[in-house]
Amino acid sequence: MIDSMVLSLRGVRFAYPDGRRALHGVDLDVRRGERVALLGPNGAGKTTLVLHLNGIHAGEGTVEVDGLPVTKANLTEIRRRVGIVFQDPDDQLFMPTVAEDVAFGPANLGLRGPELDARVDEALAQVGMSEHRDRAPHHLSFGQRRRVAVATVLAMRPSVLVMDEPSSNLDPAARRELADILLGLDVTLLMVTHDLPYALQLCERALILDAGKITADGTTREILADEALLARHRLELPYGFTVPTGA
Amino acid sequence: MGAGHAHLLHLPHDSAVHRLPPEVKIAASVGFTLLVVLTPREAMWAFGVYALLLAIVVAAARVRPGWLLRRVVIELPFVLIALLLPFFGGGETVHWLGLNLSVTGLYGAWNIAAKGTLGVVSSLLLAATTPVNDLLTGLDRLRCPRVMTQIAGFMLRYGQVLGEEAARMRVARLSRGYEQRFLWQLRAWATGAGALFLRAFERGERVYVAMLSRGYAGVMPRLGGRPARPAEWAAALTLPAVTGAVALAAALT
Repeated sequence: MIDSMVLSLRGVRFAYPDGRRALHGVDLDVRRGERVALLGPNGAGKTTLVLHLNGIHAGEGTVEVDGLPVTKANLTEIRRRVGIVFQDPDDQLFMPTVAEDVAFGPANLGLRGPELDARVDEALAQVGMSEHRDRAPHHLSFGQRRRVAVATVLAMRPSVLVMDEPSSNLDPAARRELADILLGLDVTLLMVTHDLPYALQLCERALILDAGKITADGTTREILADEALLARHRLELPYGFTVPTGA
Repeated sequence: MGAGHAHLLHLPHDSAVHRLPPEVKIAASVGFTLLVVLTPREAMWAFGVYALLLAIVVAAARVRPGWLLRRVVIELPFVLIALLLPFFGGGETVHWLGLNLSVTGLYGAWNIAAKGTLGVVSSLLLAATTPVNDLLTGLDRLRCPRVMTQIAGFMLRYGQVLGEEAARMRVARLSRGYEQRFLWQLRAWATGAGALFLRAFERGERVYVAMLSRGYAGVMPRLGGRPARPAEWAAALTLPAVTGAVALAAALT
């Protein structure tokens, strides 16, 4: 069913202006409601790929979001549909208060007044940050800032939520709280991560991107259980961790 | 830096002045200061009335005079220069305690001290009663160019982040035996400052990409709160209105 594809990439190639090739022909489909982990060593091109999804980078090949091609003319709608949560919440949160930051995206889409307020309230409630709406981002803990960063994107009601290293720099409790929030969201998720247990917990499907190509695509359980595959791509399960057997 | 120092000038409590929208307070403060500057310096009584007007605002804002006085010291360098004027000014002189003082110099000193103090107190009152982010909102509503309020907003937000980065880099230098007091170690400090600049630059790029990803197309959406009501404008503009009347009377007498 082609119409149930949220993301559809064909032959995506990209080289940086300095000539360094980052992507060597990526084909990828993500269906509605899927939770997909994008794994790969540093420098594999994961972040470059993410920035193709909303047209920040544009190379050869085609990218479609909900059937809409990523082209200059469609950028506003594409950026509404693809919600990217960046790795450092300080890069994402730049407004004086939490509520204003969450309002930034939907306001760029033209929402104003009570409709905009409702969006902000809804998104903050989804990440459990409603009570902090009038605080300044730098007065929040790191974990709270990451949750607000998720809210800034949810407020645009994206078709797909894309997260770059969501568990990085979080303490264990904040890591678990974020997982609880993500599991509770009814949204298509693409998660770039090195945190393999997190990928197993949150995503049923995993991809390995290495040297600019997708080299493995399967269930997260299968991929994490294949030690030789992981080792070929500089991926390792943490010490003492084994993929639980059974369902 | 940023909000860390914001409380240096802001007094967070509730008062009639605190509740006024920022744009009317900015307009009142700037209007008052301009009219004070325009008042002829010879009309000393007028400056007494101005001081009284400010005292009323101070009381309404529930700001302690001592709190204000400690912050007025910022104008001391200017007042000290003004104090030299009577000794070096030319023209007619008067004798006082065996000193020859220039009359124009005395008037000049009085002019700088009185107008400077009134202006500084008025600005301090504005800062004390208005959080710094609201000041930006107010400037925005007064149609201050968008690009300036945006730059100021980014400075406030990222001043904090960069300050923390600078502090971490300093701790890392100290941890490797660096001691600030040696002059020859200035090089490490300068390299650190350069690294901080590069980091700020890279962060700027990342912030911009994150903004683009949320649909930013070069124009910041106008957000936040309701604009001032006519009654609030009227209340705030009473100050410059009375000041204007006094200034006019002073100019005509």
